[in-house]
Amino acid sequence: MQTIVCQTTAAPALFTAEGMVGVIFLLTVTLVLTGAVIAVNAQRLVRAVAGLAICFTGLAGVYYFLLSPFLAMMQLLIYVGAVSILIAFGIMMADPEEKRGVGMKNRSPLAGPLAFSTGALMFAALTVLGLKTQWQVFPRQGTFDIKAVGMALLTTHSLVFELISIVLLLAIIGALVLAQRGRN
Amino acid sequence: MLLLNLYNCLSTYLVIGAALFSFGVYGMVVRRTVIGMLISSEFILAAASTNFMAFNRFLAPDPVVGQIFTLFIMAIAAAEAAIAISIMIAVYRNFKTIDTDDLVDLQG
Repeated sequence: MQTIVCQTTAAPALFTAEGMVGVIFLLTVTLVLTGAVIAVNAQRLVRAVAGLAICFTGLAGVYYFLLSPFLAMMQLLIYVGAVSILIAFGIMMADPEEKRGVGMKNRSPLAGPLAFSTGALMFAALTVLGLKTQWQVFPRQGTFDIKAVGMALLTTHSLVFELISIVLLLAIIGALVLAQRGRN
Repeated sequence: MLLLNLYNCLSTYLVIGAALFSFGVYGMVVRRTVIGMLISSEFILAAASTNFMAFNRFLAPDPVVGQIFTLFIMAIAAAEAAIAISIMIAVYRNFKTIDTDDLVDLQG
């Protein structure tokens, strides 16, 4: 019975290869958290999108540490390369400004602290849940490599694969129809 | 230096996922424009992907399933962002703003 699942328990010294990997991991996590703070708190939405891109770049590093370079690449391509740019285009077209005091007319002064305490409570609860649960480790059967991912995508998960392509097609058509409505 | 061994532990990644999720929830409540809320919802999806990848790395018998699930989450998130941006453009055409305080047609 163990509560904390660790692959190796021996802590490496700083000036070894493993220690350097640990330092790089800490830098990656710092990137994720800094980007998230910027994205949530920035006054101007363009800066929030920049924070989103920073955070997702760091998250690609985290995926690399989780032994999946393919997903790290996809994270960079889809989130940093496509979704952030899409949101930036949306900001350029609609030009929203979030000024303090302008949009506050219907807002209770408690809204900010309440939102913060909601987030903090969520974080505390999820952290305690993640640390206290006794996770059960199953013996490893497959491998992490991209060949296995491709095989599973086209055999075991082929139905979901087809469904997701239909969803994407419908999303493209729906986005075109929605954005075109009311245009003259 | 126990801090340098953090990348080998499941708990680290679960805490990262929890932090991303709570940033998303906080942003959803505190943002006043639809685009700000869309950015926050991306954080919630990223938290889910991080948890799937962490369990996939440390606990799962077949480490392919979590990666495929994360790929599907990415595809859904991309579709969601495209739809949300086009809805925003349509709303902006009708209201000339996307501030959530001004979109009150159904308020009576």
